[in-house]
Amino acid sequence: MTFASDTVSKKMGPLRPPALDVENIRRDFPLLTQKIHGKSLVYLDNAATTQKPQAVIDRITRYYQEENSNIHRGVHSLSEKATQAYEAARAKVRGFLNASQDREILFVRGATEGINLVAQSYGRVFIKAGDEIVLSVMEHHSNIVPWQMLCEERGAALRVIPINDTGELGRDEYEKLLNERTKLVSIVHISNALGTINPVKQMIRSAHDRGIPVLVDGAQAVPHLAVDVQELDCDFYVFSGHKLFGPTGIGILYGKAGLLEQMPPYQGGGDMISSVSFEKTCYNTLPYKFEAGTPHIAGGIGLGAAIDYLNGIGMERIAAYEQELLAYATDALSGIPGMRIIGTAKEKAGVLSFILDGVHPHDIGTILDHEGVAVRAGHHCAMPLMQRLGVPATARASLAFYNTKEEIDLLVKGIYKVKEVFA
Amino acid sequence: MSDLRELYQQVILDHSKKPRNYQKLECANRTAEGHNPLCGDQFTIYLKMDGDVIRDIGFEGAGCAISKASASMMTTSVKGKTKAEAEALFEQFHKMVTGETADCPDPAGLGKLTVFCGVCEYPVRVKCASLPWHTLHAALEGKETPISTE
Repeated sequence: MTFASDTVSKKMGPLRPPALDVENIRRDFPLLTQKIHGKSLVYLDNAATTQKPQAVIDRITRYYQEENSNIHRGVHSLSEKATQAYEAARAKVRGFLNASQDREILFVRGATEGINLVAQSYGRVFIKAGDEIVLSVMEHHSNIVPWQMLCEERGAALRVIPINDTGELGRDEYEKLLNERTKLVSIVHISNALGTINPVKQMIRSAHDRGIPVLVDGAQAVPHLAVDVQELDCDFYVFSGHKLFGPTGIGILYGKAGLLEQMPPYQGGGDMISSVSFEKTCYNTLPYKFEAGTPHIAGGIGLGAAIDYLNGIGMERIAAYEQELLAYATDALSGIPGMRIIGTAKEKAGVLSFILDGVHPHDIGTILDHEGVAVRAGHHCAMPLMQRLGVPATARASLAFYNTKEEIDLLVKGIYKVKEVFA
Repeated sequence: MSDLRELYQQVILDHSKKPRNYQKLECANRTAEGHNPLCGDQFTIYLKMDGDVIRDIGFEGAGCAISKASASMMTTSVKGKTKAEAEALFEQFHKMVTGETADCPDPAGLGKLTVFCGVCEYPVRVKCASLPWHTLHAALEGKETPISTE
């Protein structure tokens, strides 16, 4: 069967997804038509947050106009409507990540809260004095500090996977760090500061061979590639809605049901209980055990709308287009004298961190903004990584599928303006 | 481009490329560290106080053009001044970069420091320009813990 279909695809040539109609796509994002300092906005700060398609904005508005009420508790029609919309969004997230069950999808405030939930709930039960947690030098502070706090509390220790100068993780070093004391691996899927796509699937397999669970921080991965949590076989996966063209204040923690069931609640309150008395409280089932209080209902529904929008385009097409754009941008930037791109891993997503001889990234950011080009300048919440790279900060242009080659040209033009000012 | 030149004036670019008094003062009797965690700017200010007078001043660190030039020009402005005079200058400087003094007049004797008046148009850069001054203030007060703009 497999053999036969291989033959067919060979005969037909590689199946290429149809190209994106970016001009049309841009019309879906009202903010992109703005002028900044009289210039057309070139939004290249997508790793910080993404713009929202009209469909998401409309869906949130419609929720507040037509469905607003509290969920999981009303007998009235509106509450049922809101509950249905919220739970439908959960099902959309499940499909998007290809998780096997809705109850493995927990709504949280963002990737940061997802990691904190695992650190506080899983960590308090399963991490003991002398245990070790493995993460990498390229982690965002949100995947460092919660573990540091836990380690301090439990008397455990962090072990850090190093990187090479291109920004790739040391696989051998990783294998060597895993031992009988390792109780968890928490690793970023795509680096926000370098764009490196880490080989998480193989890393998870290595950890599982030793019985170690793995959390994957997917905040920068879900907007750029199709993620299948069953194929990765990760134990936890987190991401933020606002980096996926959805609202702020909503995010997802995926966890394998078997693990989530063993974990104590993260916060106590309404919705997370099945019965309460002053003698004893029984906790609700998954996923509600972890969702205390009235959640960000509009946010969850808005995230569902963002996923619908992305599914309408197709993550494979998005990934293919972004790779093309990244190659174009890498070429264009490399041609600028005095330019150094930070992060040149072979497997890379649309992030271009760079430094310019004799100009501080902060000044690059201000001058580019004058040209209407929005980039990030700073340490990108990855101070240990900046220290490893020996730079105090970088400027970072990060791409989304609504960016164009013309915008990359404007970025390049802006960088020449920076050089002119500092000549 | 013209308004960008308001911010990046030639004097500022010159000081950022060739900072004055850019050295550790071995004879310093006051030092303070300043840090802007948002952008990673970090400076150390060294003072040689002679009673109430700033006899000598030096600085080291890394930061953007605005913060480095501000530190450099601050050192040339306060050398030989008393603590009270330096603090008064900081107050005027702060008012200027936060836009509290209208149309950049120079009633307070800011002198060359008025080149930083363009900063008031860039709220996110105010901290860059004022970080060295906050650090100087900490050194004058003899504060031991590093100061932060956040």
